Amino acid sequence: MNKPYPIIGLEVHVQLKTKTKAFCRCENKYGGIPNSRVCPVCMGMPGMLPVLNESVLNDAIVAGLAFGSQIASITKFDRKNYSYPDLPKGYQISQYDKPICSGGFIEIEDDNGTLKHINITRIHIEEDAGKLIHLEDGTNNSYVDYNRCGAPLLETVSEPDIRSSDEAVKYLKSLKEIFEYIEISDCNMEEGSLRCDANISMMIPLSDGTEINTPISEVKNINSFSNVKKAIEYEIIRQVEEYHKTKEVNNGKNKITRGFDDSKGITVFQRSKEGESDYRYFPEPDLPHLEITEELINKSKLRLPELPQNKRNRLENQYGITQYDATTLSADKKLSDYFEKCCKYTTNYKKVANFILTDICSILNTENISIIDFSVSAEDIAQLVNLLSDGTISSWIAKSVFEKMRLTNKNPLSIVEEESLLQLNNDDELDTIVIKVLSENQKSVEDYKNGKDNALKYLMGQVMKQSKGKANPVKTTEMLIERLK
Amino acid sequence: MNTFLSYKELTNSIKQKKISFKEYYETLQQKIISNDKEINSFITVNEKVLDQASEADIRIANGTNRLLEGMPLAVKDNIAVYDMKLTCGSKMLENFTPPYQATVIDRLQNAGIIFTGKTNMDEFAMGSTTETSHFGVTKNPVNHNFVPGGSSGGSAAAVAAGFSPAALGSDTGGSVRQPASFCGIVGYKPTYGLLSRYGLTAFGSSLDQIGTLSLNCEDAALLTASMLGLDSKDSTSSSIVPENFYNFQSITIKGKKFGIIAETMSEHTDPQVKSIINAKIKEIEKHGGIAEVVSIPELEYGVSIYYIIAPAEASSNLSRFDGIRYGLQNNTDKNIDVKTLVTKTRTEGFGSEVKRRIITGNFVLSSGYYDAYYKKAQKARILLSDKFKSLFNTYDFLITPTSPVLPFKLGENIDDPLKLYTADLCTIPVNLSGLPAISIPAGVSKEGLPVGMQIIAPSFKDGKLLGIGEYILREVK
Repeated sequence: MNKPYPIIGLEVHVQLKTKTKAFCRCENKYGGIPNSRVCPVCMGMPGMLPVLNESVLNDAIVAGLAFGSQIASITKFDRKNYSYPDLPKGYQISQYDKPICSGGFIEIEDDNGTLKHINITRIHIEEDAGKLIHLEDGTNNSYVDYNRCGAPLLETVSEPDIRSSDEAVKYLKSLKEIFEYIEISDCNMEEGSLRCDANISMMIPLSDGTEINTPISEVKNINSFSNVKKAIEYEIIRQVEEYHKTKEVNNGKNKITRGFDDSKGITVFQRSKEGESDYRYFPEPDLPHLEITEELINKSKLRLPELPQNKRNRLENQYGITQYDATTLSADKKLSDYFEKCCKYTTNYKKVANFILTDICSILNTENISIIDFSVSAEDIAQLVNLLSDGTISSWIAKSVFEKMRLTNKNPLSIVEEESLLQLNNDDELDTIVIKVLSENQKSVEDYKNGKDNALKYLMGQVMKQSKGKANPVKTTEMLIERLK
Repeated sequence: MNTFLSYKELTNSIKQKKISFKEYYETLQQKIISNDKEINSFITVNEKVLDQASEADIRIANGTNRLLEGMPLAVKDNIAVYDMKLTCGSKMLENFTPPYQATVIDRLQNAGIIFTGKTNMDEFAMGSTTETSHFGVTKNPVNHNFVPGGSSGGSAAAVAAGFSPAALGSDTGGSVRQPASFCGIVGYKPTYGLLSRYGLTAFGSSLDQIGTLSLNCEDAALLTASMLGLDSKDSTSSSIVPENFYNFQSITIKGKKFGIIAETMSEHTDPQVKSIINAKIKEIEKHGGIAEVVSIPELEYGVSIYYIIAPAEASSNLSRFDGIRYGLQNNTDKNIDVKTLVTKTRTEGFGSEVKRRIITGNFVLSSGYYDAYYKKAQKARILLSDKFKSLFNTYDFLITPTSPVLPFKLGENIDDPLKLYTADLCTIPVNLSGLPAISIPAGVSKEGLPVGMQIIAPSFKDGKLLGIGEYILREVK
């Protein structure tokens, strides 16, 4: 008998980084003094009307094109009515039955490494709500910050094509990558510019060869990719246990909403479908239907950059780097752009990729910065890699040159020249140092002759020390071995 | 001094130095002080009106006067004006002063208009008698025992009482035309989209239009010409400018074809209303107009369609009034939770007619009922609009009584919403179809109560409509 498996669909909200909000001219930016970026329109004052920000429409079209969606020729807005203090108008402007984008897919590798499409149902435009703030100020009051209210969102709804928690995470990573590539969102989960809800149910095979589907849980507001994985894995176990207890199956009416509890790593029951509000959708009378012309779509196509999948393949082919390096580089558009910039100044592509992914990435990680904020230019990195490759400097020296480049912003060649760090390749000079080191370290020489290989490394280190790191390591090793024979 | 002066007459008196704006506004103010206690047409009066009148006098003197310099205008209290309360006739907004003003107010201000005050209205424009206002009923200046109509009853009464030569109203299902009819003046509802709705408190957003109440059609045209045109703040406003807005001289009735809508002249229509309208049609024919009876069978669904769509939109539009950000807030209990606060605020802040429509609107939009009500109403609305459109292939104008009944007595129908709703039969289809229409005085009943005639024109033929209205007012007695 087969094992139970999950059926997963994801709803992802991505906040667009347009200059202004979706339906008013307030600045669209994260944070700020509470309620400093509001106006009568986004505060829902009487007589105020929404006017669609054209950039939002354009961004939505670009997103649709990136995912291979069908762009609607006529789209419209609808009101989603519900009452909550963070929603000034008492309704959210959204899109109900004529979303701007339908269809499309994201390609991922399934758990066996086979390529698979996760289909996209729709992508639609809507506005964000404000934020409730519960301060521990002893007053028991809640506060509302409307700065985020009216910020533009794109909601991407996937088909229930995802079959494991790992697939879900791959789908999300790929979706995030694409949104970052087309540069319409920061996709920062901490700041809430990428939010995820997961619809999860289980298929459980029965002994008679049939299988049943458990009631769907919608897990709301999961705030990191690792929590998406945790939430799904928790639900997989919970739903199977629940089924064995209750024998309840999905009847299309018994969907429940659960919240993810970050501290415990579990999902918690919130409400059943009966408890859900009736959103009373109807067409937004303040915004006329929008006609999307071929011309506009063609204009948006020009904005469409090379997408991650294509870039990955191209980097691999064009620069002959490994698939792993190509994948890692292209996961961050700016990092791969940096790599390609370096490649304009060097043909040591593999070494550049390696240098970026190890030396530079470790700095980015430690300092928690993006490649954009990295101070050394691509040209200088390329030069450094060239100096290293043609034997002008040793890898030992390269590390300290790199260190100095970051501090002084000087180019590597001038650092090497100023500090006379050129690699010591001259046989006579090297031999002099080797002889000196051997005579000063008799104990190690003995050790080596007694078969202790570590002794060679020690002697090698001594040569480096005496040559101030300039000794050519390959030559030095050869000469040491020769002399020790 | 006669305060029943049209804009043209007032301008002439000023130009001929018979009177200054200062003197004129002092007279208006006196008249309002002595008579409006009884009529109750204003909720707020502009305290700075005399200073503004003096400024207008200066502009006249130094020749910097603008198109409508110094002309007085009362404004329905659901249209935002800087530094004036925007109550919408509701306790909910009793003390709300908006930090913005309507686009039409901006444009009129730039044309030199002086706003005399904010007028009484049915709460959130829901009603046809001005009896649902939180600020008391308004009386019909023609006969104080009768309602002025509504919801722009305060605006109509202000004009009919001689407090202001013109006023702005808003018309969602007849709220400008019907009170104009009841008070014996001219009411004009423009084509949907001709005037910006920015700053007009929304009731039924797909139906609402700001309109004018005035002594004649020329003033309606003067005001509208200064207000119309595309507004970047209202996506439903139009860039189309109707032709012939001023060119009233060249307009003639000869050869014009009028369709008289049979369903509005049925056995349900008051016999006096019918005979007054029929007499007027005869006069039109004498002046060379061609009148024919036409039938719009779909018209009988108009009221039903309207009382689904308007409350649906209203229920959504009014959900913003929750006591959290502005307006009334019932927070007598310090430890109140949000849900209770919202419930208490809305229970206290809204009157019963508003509550009735919110409940209706939420019902017709709720899942399981949406298809049966809202969706069906939208389809029927399109059929009705198409019918009007096709009739305009044959006719220049359509004619109906503005109201099938004579003005109601105060308190007569306030507890009978269905009777009041069906009395909107003639005006509602015009809003559903987005068409322009006017109500002009057609005569008076035996009791001396005014009866208005409604003329409907094709979309954006507003100039021609006002022209023919003015012609009938002047020539067809």
